[in-house]
Formats: sequence, C-alpha cells, structure tokens
Amino acid sequence: MIVGDSKPLEEILEMIKGRDKVLVLGCRGCVTVCNVGGEKEVGILATALRIARKKAGQPPTVDGMTLERQCDPEYIEELAEVAGDYDAIISIACGVGPQFVAERYPEAAVFPGINTTFIGGALEHGVWAERCQSCGNCLVHNFGGLCPIARCSKSLMNGPCGGSAKGNCEISPEVPCVWHQIVEKMEKMGRLQELEKVWPNKNWLTSRDGGPRKRVREDLKQ
Amino acid sequence: MRLQYPASVRVIQLPCSGRVDILHLLKAFEEGADGVYVAGCMEGDCHFLTGNFKARRKVNYVKKVLEQLGMEPERIEMYNMSSAEGPRFAQVAREFTQRIQELGPSPVKAAQAA
Repeated sequence: MIVGDSKPLEEILEMIKGRDKVLVLGCRGCVTVCNVGGEKEVGILATALRIARKKAGQPPTVDGMTLERQCDPEYIEELAEVAGDYDAIISIACGVGPQFVAERYPEAAVFPGINTTFIGGALEHGVWAERCQSCGNCLVHNFGGLCPIARCSKSLMNGPCGGSAKGNCEISPEVPCVWHQIVEKMEKMGRLQELEKVWPNKNWLTSRDGGPRKRVREDLKQ
Repeated sequence: MRLQYPASVRVIQLPCSGRVDILHLLKAFEEGADGVYVAGCMEGDCHFLTGNFKARRKVNYVKKVLEQLGMEPERIEMYNMSSAEGPRFAQVAREFTQRIQELGPSPVKAAQAA
C-alpha cells in the first residue's frame, strides 16, 4: 500500500488561514489501511480543526467526507455538487488525491493534509516499512525475495558495501543491511552461487529517471 | 460509602477504557469541556488484557493534538484505579477538578462566550 504521515496541525491551519468553509476529504484506499486518511482520520482532523477555529473565534465550518478512492475519476465525481460550497478542500489521500481533485475542480482550493512517504507494508499494527520503490523493473526473485533497490540505502545491485556491519547499515544501527539479509537468505536456500553474478548498471529509464510515467492498456481502454 | 466528588465531573460509562476513542475525547473538547480524564483499571488487571494500555496511548495522542492546537496537554489525563477503590475514584475526581480549575476554562468555551 501507499503509506503516509499526517501533516502537523500547525501546517494545515496555516494552509487554510482565512478560508471559512473547509472540507476534509478522506480516501478508503491505501490511506485507510495505514490509518492516516480514512473515515476515522477525517473525523479526527475535522474535529481538531473545528476546535482550533472555535478557540480562535472563527466560523467553525469544517465538514468531512470520504470517497471510495481519490485516484479514480468516477469517485472524484461524487464531489461535483459540493465542491463549490467550500473555500478549502483538504485531501488526506496520497499525493494523487489532491491532484485529481484539483484537476477535476479547477476553481477549488485544494490542500494536501498528509505527506505521502513510501510504498510498503505493515510489519505489525502501527508499524510500516518501505518495500518497493516502483523502479519499474522488478528483480526481487534474484535476491531471495528481498529488494535491494528499495531496501538498500544505496540501492546497490552488487552488495553488500563496506558500510555493512553486524547485519546493519552504516546509516543507522536501526536499519538492517538488506544485502546481509540477502546473503543469509540465499545461503539458507542453497543458492549462494547465484550471487556471483555481477549485475551491470541498472537501467533507470523505467523508474523516475525516464520522466513521469504513464501506462496505456489497449485491452482495457474504452 | 456515599463519597463526595465534584458535581462538575460528568461520568460516561464504557464497557472498558479501551473502548474510548480519540474522537470521543476530541469531541468533548470541541463541545467545550474544560478537561477530560479516562479512569481505567489498574495496569495488568484489564479483563481484555490491554484495554487500559490502549486507552493511555489514545490519551497521549490527544495530548499531542491539544499541544498542536495551543491548548494545555494537562487538560486530558489517564488514571488507573481498581473498581473496588471508591475513595481513590473520589480523590482523583477532586485532584483533576483542582488541576482544571487552576488551568481555567477551556479556550474553546471562552472564545465562544466572547
């Protein structure tokens, strides 16, 4: 899923300064699963903003609404009747949400209420870790199912580097060295010799280096 | 036992302190409560094992929200007491009421009254 973090309330309050009617817009997709932008968080943020407004003696109109997804136009369409009623729309979806809302409703003032941080998974309830960097060319099967692009601080294809110590990365003892894990895993699987292969420079054209990405599926397009 | 505690304390019963939600706590402040405290069972004595620990974490979350809103985090607190400790319940009610009286009315209520 796409994992995000709530923006500090001070930052959000500064964004919506002077805007009377505010809508907090949640998303039932990834951000609901990582507990940062779903219906519950819409309620919490809207309530906190109303408290701030009441405290400052300002009009407390802060409503909440949660869309099925904010990354599909048909759900963004549900806003059509209400978008014009608000002076600010705070989207607490991933970075796609505020952009889709702003594209569909060009007159609306749209603000991001969360910071989109990474593509990852839950290690346990309340703990998430990065697992994918969407490089556009998945190779994890060569490394025992562990991704050296997303999980090595230097995205090394031929590791580990000299900074690997006691199984941890030199950037922090809290960060495991994924190359240490790869070697251990491959050894356990009896596939250590596969790591003798020297990988050439990775072609980053499939990643962000090739510019913004777009996919067209002719079989699905209507 | 007929113990006295301040009439300003409004008791809201929950099946377990773990049932309390961040939204419940924030709503109370939105509606103008000067202070909110959660009275849970003694740590280690939760019938549902971790309800009171969860309540404490939610209280701590709301403390941070209040701080970000420029309100005193002391306006919300978590207390642990056994259901057999009537005198402690009354004592905590008095202590917390005293604390809130020292902090004064909630700025939410004050701004609305103005």
